[in-house]
Amino acid sequence: MPAIAAAVIAGKPAPTQPSLNQRRPMPASHNTTNILVVGIGGQGVMTATEILAEAAMALGHDVKKTEVAGMAQRGGVVSSHLRFGPKVLSPQIAPGEADLLVGFESAEALRWCHTLRPGGVVLVNTARLVPPVVNGGLYDYPADPVGQMRALGYEVHAFDATGIARELGELRLGNTVMLGAIADHLPFPADNLLEAVLARFRTRKPQFVELNRRAFEAGRRADAREGQTT
Amino acid sequence: MAAVMPAPAQSRLLMSGNEAVARAVWEAGVRVAAAYPGTPSTEMLETLAGYPDLYTEWSVNEKVSLEVAFGASMAGSRAFCAMKHVGMNVASDALMTLTLTGVQGGLVIAVADDVGLSSSQNEQDSRFWGRFAHIPVLEPADSQDAHDMVLEGYRLSESFQVPVLLRLTTRICHVKALVTVGARQTHAASGFTRDAARWVMVPGNAARRIPLMYERERRLRELAETSPLNVLEPGEDKRFGFVTSGPAAMHVREAFPDAPVLRLGLSYPVPVERVRALALQVERLVVVEETEPLLELELRAAGIAVHGKDVLPSIGELSPQVLRPALARWSGEDGPASGAAAQAVFPRPPTLCVACPHLGVYYTLSQLRNIVVSGDIGCYTLGAGHPWHALDSTISMGASMGVALGLDKGRGETDRNKRIVAVIGDSTFLHMGMQGLLDITYNRGNVTVLLLDNRAVGMTGGQDNPASGRDIHGEPAPRVDFARLVEALGVKAERIRVVDPYELPTLFKALREETKIDEPSVIITDRPCVLIDAYQPRRPYRVEESACTGCGNCVEVGCPAIHVTRREKAVKPSGREVDLSFVRIDTPACTGCDLCVQTCAPDAIVHAEPLHAASVVRPG
Ligand SMILES: Cc1ncc(C[n+]2csc(CCOP(=O)(O)OP(=O)(O)O)c2C)c(N)n1
Ligand code: SF4
Ligand code: SF4
Repeated sequence: MPAIAAAVIAGKPAPTQPSLNQRRPMPASHNTTNILVVGIGGQGVMTATEILAEAAMALGHDVKKTEVAGMAQRGGVVSSHLRFGPKVLSPQIAPGEADLLVGFESAEALRWCHTLRPGGVVLVNTARLVPPVVNGGLYDYPADPVGQMRALGYEVHAFDATGIARELGELRLGNTVMLGAIADHLPFPADNLLEAVLARFRTRKPQFVELNRRAFEAGRRADAREGQTT
Repeated sequence: MAAVMPAPAQSRLLMSGNEAVARAVWEAGVRVAAAYPGTPSTEMLETLAGYPDLYTEWSVNEKVSLEVAFGASMAGSRAFCAMKHVGMNVASDALMTLTLTGVQGGLVIAVADDVGLSSSQNEQDSRFWGRFAHIPVLEPADSQDAHDMVLEGYRLSESFQVPVLLRLTTRICHVKALVTVGARQTHAASGFTRDAARWVMVPGNAARRIPLMYERERRLRELAETSPLNVLEPGEDKRFGFVTSGPAAMHVREAFPDAPVLRLGLSYPVPVERVRALALQVERLVVVEETEPLLELELRAAGIAVHGKDVLPSIGELSPQVLRPALARWSGEDGPASGAAAQAVFPRPPTLCVACPHLGVYYTLSQLRNIVVSGDIGCYTLGAGHPWHALDSTISMGASMGVALGLDKGRGETDRNKRIVAVIGDSTFLHMGMQGLLDITYNRGNVTVLLLDNRAVGMTGGQDNPASGRDIHGEPAPRVDFARLVEALGVKAERIRVVDPYELPTLFKALREETKIDEPSVIITDRPCVLIDAYQPRRPYRVEESACTGCGNCVEVGCPAIHVTRREKAVKPSGREVDLSFVRIDTPACTGCDLCVQTCAPDAIVHAEPLHAASVVRPG
């Protein structure tokens, strides 16, 4: 068990330093971490955010999580806000204040990229989910959402999480692949997030623990590769 | 949902406001809890159904749920009921009189306002009901507050014999935050005591209760001045002081960490003297409330100089990023530099699910000419949107019936040949539609009703209802027989048809025939919502590319599994230019309802190889 988690369980105060991650430290002024996870209804956005919240909570952080879900079950836009730190007041992340934007779908990442703070990072699944209004010819799907975000100056880590999941033999693992990609952008060690992911499966579906561990690591590797190329 | 072991007292849990309320209702020893679903309130009862040792139910509408809770209170049990804001419009007839009788066992009514209209037909400020019904209003600011205020609400309810309104908003109901929970208390039912002067609200008795109600309100007003639910958080920066309630309190605290803030947890009756004391200490006093200027107007009427909606927006949600620039501008400072602009991306309006039985209904309605479609509230309201555009009105639950009759009776010369169709879901019909249909038959209206029986409350997540034949725990319950019900309401047996909405020709024929006959008729569709167990996916399809002629007919079905791969223009032999759309089916998403297949003339839509069941999920 990581030392911090052990300390928390032993009742010691939570770590308050903003970042334990060398690769992407949060600014020191920031004592609340803001993560925005976006996608469309049915993709598992809210569950992913909830697992992140559980990991932060296990480390003793105060946590608030909220959704703007325009009828989430009917394929509408979902944006899930997660804030954690020593004390969180308002649950919403203001535009320009997200440390990390996680897009489960390309156009959705583009829709929300203005919420990032300067220097924030976008992690995006390159999968495209095209809605009926685009199929009906009323609107166009952006030609190259990732390129467009890069042109705007954002650091974008793009990877085909759906493809990675397919290779692992189970499309539903896409969620865990995305969480793995997030793992090295947090102010706490990746293992804490992995633990939160696996804890869910240990109680409900123990036969999936190993597969999810592999999906998580695959997501981590995919993100690290992107980190080198940009 | 089967009862589970609740987490032990003192656990610290990540809970939504709705889950925190449910937990506290259980802790308060409540014995009866009732609700009709509605966003953002639904999860309160849904969660409570999983707790042991209390009775929970899905009621058929909010008025009934309040009456059930009130009856339990008369019997001396602690009782609870929950609804969304518009639900209180329905329940208010009961509320406005039970405020006179007062309660026996504690009664807390949770009402959840959809501030910002994420999933509602209007925006309402339910705090008005506190004023209208002369009952106290509690306004939590987060999940822990919501939990604690439920417990306080029961103490208040019993010591003043008053129903208590717990006013929530989406930002309480659906925000998850940490909550320290407590143990369950037991409150045995004290028993019903006959007392006609109290419980039988005939004019003579009611008139004698009115002064008691005002006296109760006066004592509550006194209490508000000293209640620990109203908290003054001192601050050094006296340029602004704030009076606030609900989730707005968190936004104020975040935006102005050094300002004095009076947080009203018991926000009605308003503790006017406490506000007056704060007003003396600060340069300007600002009231921050969602959504209407209720506190603001009442404080001004009490002679306190306050600001509010003159500087803050009066619609939609408040947040630190709304508050900071508004007050900066007011003080003559520059607002914070505006950040990056949002990129223009296509909208993603909610859609009907893949294989939703409503798809067939709207595809068919969109093919009919000369009809007016009086709609209602549910997933099927989406029929107003792309690609069907086949719904002409939506007002309130059950309104499709009365509005259709009015359209019929009030028709002018230009509408003489229009056929009037009403579309209503099973849950909506049972909520408030039956009365409207009775009005149609009794008054010999000429309306064809499409009753979309998908055996679930689809819109709010597929909850059980009397059409599903299962109760809130998923246990078997009597299932309503719609054909016999509408016949009993006066529709002739030969004018009632039960149709499979996956069979387009049958549906089309039934609609064509029934709309031609000048009598009330009802067409009942009988396929389950894809969210519920009764729904059985079938073998999926794919498009044989070489056979697809690009006619685009299947796209008009509106199933989200059908995607256009390429568009072309072509010239017909007649010289007319046509748009072609070549398609593919996302086979892992398709559940084989067969609807699109029936629209494809060249038979380009064929069965796909059976897929590994586990891959039938969306990517991501
Ligand atoms: C008075 C009121 N209560 C609750 C709601 C929330 N609500 C909207 S539609 C709906 C029910 C929809 O169920 P049904 O009529 O069966 O249609 P479906 O969504 O299954 O197609 C509910 C509960 C509301 N809009 N108004
Ligand atoms: S939830 Fe049910 S009723 Fe609603 S769109 Fe989906 S299938 Fe249709
Ligand atoms: S058969 Fe056609 S309409 Fe039905 S689910 Fe599959 S793609 Fe959609």
